[in-house]
Amino acid sequence: MRNPSLPAYNFAYLDEQTKRMIRRAILKAIAIPGYQVPFASREMPMPYGWGTGGVQVTASILGPDDVLKVIDQGADDTTNAVSIRAFFAKVANVATTTRTADATIIQTRHRIPETPLAHGQIIVYQVPIPEPLRFLEPRETETRVMHALEEYGLVHVKLYEDIAQHGHIATTYAYPVKVEGRYVMDPSPIPKFDNPKMHRSPALQLFGAGREKRIYALPPFTDVVSLDFEDHPFTVQRFEARCALCNAQEVYLDEVITDDRGGRMFVCSDTDYCETRRSKGSQVGGLPQHGAAKADWEAAE
Amino acid sequence: MYVAVKGGEAAISNAHRLMADRRRGDRNVPALSVEQIVNQLSLGVDRVMAEGSLYDPELAAMAVRQARGDLIEAIFLLRAYRTTLPRFSNACPINTSRMRIERRVSATFKDIPGGQLLGPTFDYTHRLIDPSMAGDEAVTPPVKRERPTEESCPRVTDLLDGQGLIEADVPSNDKPGDLTREAIAYPVGREVRLQALTRGDEGFLLALGYSTQRGYGRTHPFVGEIRIGMVDVEVDVPELGFAVCIGAIRVTECQMVSQFKGSADKPPRFTRGYGLVFGQSERKAMAMSLVDRAMRADEFNEQRLAPAQDEEFVLEHCDNVQATGFVEHLKLPHYVDFQAELELLRTLRREAEMASADTPMNEPAE
Repeated sequence: MRNPSLPAYNFAYLDEQTKRMIRRAILKAIAIPGYQVPFASREMPMPYGWGTGGVQVTASILGPDDVLKVIDQGADDTTNAVSIRAFFAKVANVATTTRTADATIIQTRHRIPETPLAHGQIIVYQVPIPEPLRFLEPRETETRVMHALEEYGLVHVKLYEDIAQHGHIATTYAYPVKVEGRYVMDPSPIPKFDNPKMHRSPALQLFGAGREKRIYALPPFTDVVSLDFEDHPFTVQRFEARCALCNAQEVYLDEVITDDRGGRMFVCSDTDYCETRRSKGSQVGGLPQHGAAKADWEAAE
Repeated sequence: MYVAVKGGEAAISNAHRLMADRRRGDRNVPALSVEQIVNQLSLGVDRVMAEGSLYDPELAAMAVRQARGDLIEAIFLLRAYRTTLPRFSNACPINTSRMRIERRVSATFKDIPGGQLLGPTFDYTHRLIDPSMAGDEAVTPPVKRERPTEESCPRVTDLLDGQGLIEADVPSNDKPGDLTREAIAYPVGREVRLQALTRGDEGFLLALGYSTQRGYGRTHPFVGEIRIGMVDVEVDVPELGFAVCIGAIRVTECQMVSQFKGSADKPPRFTRGYGLVFGQSERKAMAMSLVDRAMRADEFNEQRLAPAQDEEFVLEHCDNVQATGFVEHLKLPHYVDFQAELELLRTLRREAEMASADTPMNEPAE
């Protein structure tokens, strides 16, 4: 029986024709901020739902001189972030970093770094469901018409129903935004805490949804406004606790359960931010704080 | 004190090492060879080729071995390899009427030109576990028929077509869409639907096909014909000006014949559902043809009410590589979003407690 010849892969895995197709989709997406551009997503060597859209976008824009950072849940050392970083280190041989400020491309799942992004940086979001209207209307044929006609009443009705029922908007992540006053866009499942960071960011923001075959983008300095009502303005989560490791406040925290008696502590979700602060001397005793920290939901942005 | 659940490179590589060890199993047992898998687990290999959309038994067998027999994982391996392959050209449509037939049955006619041929089938076996499977008993060689040099085996649906009783199978010169190279925009053509179905999950299509039989989009189907065998794959070579055979593949074809009562502009006649699958897979080809027919509801002014008739529903959910990835991604960390939900839940509960404490019954006097 013959031995199948060993496969050889192009720089950054994808062949150049595929990259060209994806770059065209990216350019179109940048030209129409917030609009979901269909693209011929490829099967990737990691499963759908595990970042194949982000990986294809990154593979298409990556050059040999880029410095890549990959985070998942804000952390560089979560298993999937490690796996994707190792993939690009292997197939593109690019430099990688954990430092937000040093990266030229940051691929992320579920967070935007606490360190503000700078001009010239590109952040690539992994997106599971790119359609912000999907859970209101499951059909693609319908939602495309709704976008075309700018028919976004349903989203506001949903948010209003939340307020009527719970007294709050009960969407805490993947909180819909309006881009340049036109398209309602899904910011990917980042906590709404991160939404304000998208607004007029000097960085280029690209969104890739592999399984759903969509790419969308926010060029630098784009208006990104979280949907709300005049009498119920958009607010973000605020933690009463500080990071138990670096004492940071006004950052997004992970709650870590430390024992089976209700002991828990809060630490920065952004590991690079936390480490940088600690290396500059911000330390606390690290005593676990007992009892849940309250989030102040009414604090206006 | 701070026990983070965050992984790392060491954990990943150790996990993969353990997985490789489990895959190999007891070292005193000889390793499976690719030849053994191709020869003795051939229907599993066929399924991996069909849903992996790549006809290569050796690679499929390697994938089955690498995936420890998890066929969806093996399909995924094959797909991820397939996507990197360059496209040289499109083959000419295969001609199944010139198939070298291994099996051919029709449920609509007792005898058909070319005859019925049972071939290698599980049908009519009694499903009793055969004690000889515990060992390696000699198997008697099969009885072989004289194969006519030029076999005439017209498709049953072509016979009906000659009498105008069935909708005509009109050849088209339109360039077919390509599911793997273009994003789907609904509604799609039938050729794109068939592409999605032929690489779709066997279990999902089986359930959908079954649902049409139980009344969810009923089509009153008959198996016009199922045929399994080898067909030549030919490619047009522009420099030569004629088609050249580049190899042969085994396929299963199913032509389902369904009732159609007719409409104002169309006389009553039979309609077609079509299934074509790599390798030997009757179950898949039959399910595919049922779902294909169900999805053609609009062509016959049938009401679309059932899941099997809904092309967006079927096409968006029939791919098991997509489905398994997205279902299984739920095991990735989600603690940032979970934290956001946790905080909201705590706030809502606190407010609910305060509201119940504020009721007049409990309110202390001023």
